[in-house]
Amino acid sequence: MTLVGERVPKYDGLGHVTGTTMYVDDHYIPGTLICKGLRSPVSRGKIKRLDTSLAEKLPGVAAVITAKDVPFNAYAGDWPVFPEEDICFKGQLLAAVAAVDEDTALEAISLIKIEIEEETPIFDVREAMKPGAPKIRPDGNLLKFGERDYYFTNQGDVEAGFKEADFVLEEEYFYPVAEHTPMEPQVSLAVPHPNGSLTVYTTSQCLYFHIGQLCAVLKLPFSKLNYVGATVGGGFGGKNDLHADPVTALLALKTGKPVKWRWTREEELNCSTVRGAWLMRIKDGVKNNGRIVAREMESTLDGGAYLSFNPYATTKHAYYAVGPYYIPNVRVITRCVFTNKVPSSSMRGFGVTPCSYAVEVHMEKIARKLGMDPFEFRMINALRKGEPTHTGSIPDSVAAIEVMQKLAESAGIKLPDKLMSMKSDERRL
Amino acid sequence: MKKRGKGVALIYYPTGMAGGGDTTQAFVKIKPDGGADLFLGSCEIGQGIKTVACQILSDELGIPYDQIVLHNSSTDDTGICTGTFASRVTYFAGNAVRAAAADARQQLFEYAALELGVTPSELSLQDNKIVVANEPNKSMTIAEIAGKVNWTMGKLILGKGNFWKEPGRIIDAENGQIDVITTLAYGATLAEVEVDTETGQVEVLKLTNVFDTGKTINPLLAEGQIDGGVVMGIGSTLMENANPYYPTDNLKPKTLGDYIIPTTMDVPPMQSFIVEYPSANGPYGAKGIGEMTANTASPAIANAIYDAIGVWINDIPVTPEKILKALESQNMA
Repeated sequence: MTLVGERVPKYDGLGHVTGTTMYVDDHYIPGTLICKGLRSPVSRGKIKRLDTSLAEKLPGVAAVITAKDVPFNAYAGDWPVFPEEDICFKGQLLAAVAAVDEDTALEAISLIKIEIEEETPIFDVREAMKPGAPKIRPDGNLLKFGERDYYFTNQGDVEAGFKEADFVLEEEYFYPVAEHTPMEPQVSLAVPHPNGSLTVYTTSQCLYFHIGQLCAVLKLPFSKLNYVGATVGGGFGGKNDLHADPVTALLALKTGKPVKWRWTREEELNCSTVRGAWLMRIKDGVKNNGRIVAREMESTLDGGAYLSFNPYATTKHAYYAVGPYYIPNVRVITRCVFTNKVPSSSMRGFGVTPCSYAVEVHMEKIARKLGMDPFEFRMINALRKGEPTHTGSIPDSVAAIEVMQKLAESAGIKLPDKLMSMKSDERRL
Repeated sequence: MKKRGKGVALIYYPTGMAGGGDTTQAFVKIKPDGGADLFLGSCEIGQGIKTVACQILSDELGIPYDQIVLHNSSTDDTGICTGTFASRVTYFAGNAVRAAAADARQQLFEYAALELGVTPSELSLQDNKIVVANEPNKSMTIAEIAGKVNWTMGKLILGKGNFWKEPGRIIDAENGQIDVITTLAYGATLAEVEVDTETGQVEVLKLTNVFDTGKTINPLLAEGQIDGGVVMGIGSTLMENANPYYPTDNLKPKTLGDYIIPTTMDVPPMQSFIVEYPSANGPYGAKGIGEMTANTASPAIANAIYDAIGVWINDIPVTPEKILKALESQNMA
């Protein structure tokens, strides 16, 4: 009996549909303290005073922590657990409290005295890119790739390609900020043990990606942290950043008691990472016979305030900006610009979703301009086996033409024989 | 007036992290009664890696699916999996489990060969039994050999495996060319929409989808990925905007009443088809389809809107306001 290829019911499906699967919030340990965070009301500013003494004195409060309590105050590249001084986005975490219950924790948050010298935030990537714009990061507002402040991938000679073209079509596209919207928000439960080790129950999509980051923040070896989770109530890329774990871990170590933090829906929507907005400009040189001979694409990611997965999204966008087509001459430039907004990070489609959208609308515009059937236009430009992508790779599997044929057939669209007999394996004529 | 249109989109999506340099590790312990414990660091985000990993192990070791226990819940108990992202887990974990199973199978064969008086190379797995080539009556069940090894020899059978992707090779540094591709999967959608030119409302009437899995390990789960991903694409296209006053972050949504995502009531009639164009190195030819299923609906719907009313949508989400404004400027032109 072989099971590969069979409709085997989900291993843990029965638990999900009967409500018995244990998610992080379902773990209950007697004596668990509840965590709440103080978040910045401003988008940019400097902390002048942060006084937690009143909050600490409130009966029922076990601990209040700020930047001074963090052994190594950065994760996901440069994102501080709490900022020392510079506030970079509205909703940024400034302090956290562990108390006997939620009401006490909220009251303690309201007792923290904070003075912020507000600064003018930069929201617009075009403003942030201007020479002389105020620096919202020490390295400047553009992400550096070695010496450059952009990433690129080129193939062929794009100028020669445009010269060869019968016409050029240039357009701009925009893909908005999106939230992952998992049913389960960020939840973390940190349980300290007598030997100084911790068990952290979390919502992570990548326990082993996170253990290194969390151990670095805590300055603990892996042997002192057991990261538990791996059944997640919806991820979509929103659980690839640490979010709540450093805070519960620090509070558990400080108080010696289990600490749980469950983000509210508002925190999930406003303070967790997002898919950053993308501005994309595509310029294609096209022959009247329908072949695209040159593409220049310039894209800008609004990265928000910190690195996180932005470098990866910026490079991945550059690698997949062409779509499943063979265009002999390509120049792709991508940038990541930092602004005073919640950090952008991973989300399903990771830099590729926005360019898939822009490229496919652009392709349709060209097909309409040519007066060519949209299936035919895509199929004559589709990648063939043996042809390189613009990154110089020769893909092991090529099937864009066959997917279009199947789509036409399935949707009851009759394509001419010359299209239905086309094959990815056959060389381009 | 209600106007109808059709639009198409074709995409590719890479399986695995751009650039490589990542791994997934697995190990399997044979239980004394012939069942197995599979230790795998891959997180389950609902896509079904637990199921897929156990299906693969069952086939590779001849151990019934319901006698396999999957352990993936903690870093103390498992090896590395870089993460459940980049559409990488079926490909990476699938290969790691196959490798771990092959290691355990080899150990089972070596012990069985001693018992059966043959060499390990004469053995193969058939119907959950280890059988001797050309001597169909000479065989042992996995349970028999596992019991022998554990209880009468006192030995442990532990198979290990991993899948490692080398970091991307630089092809042409001057042009920024780097071999980042593990494998590519392909997908396409045909959208049929109806646009109300008075209200600006867009209704998706039907979506036809085709996605390439390389090899489907579990059609039930693959179909689930397609349903969920395509509907997420509808949300991106017609509903979702976390910064409605972009580039500022004014008036960000604070509840799921402000940030509307699709519910089952928003799902249009859909027909989805899976095609299998195998990858060279994926398990049984499999590719990852987790992310790509969310990428076809947006451009297909935008193109269908143009077909219906002659207005291009260069930025999403497509709100009634945007449609009406575009129609207005079209009329003025």
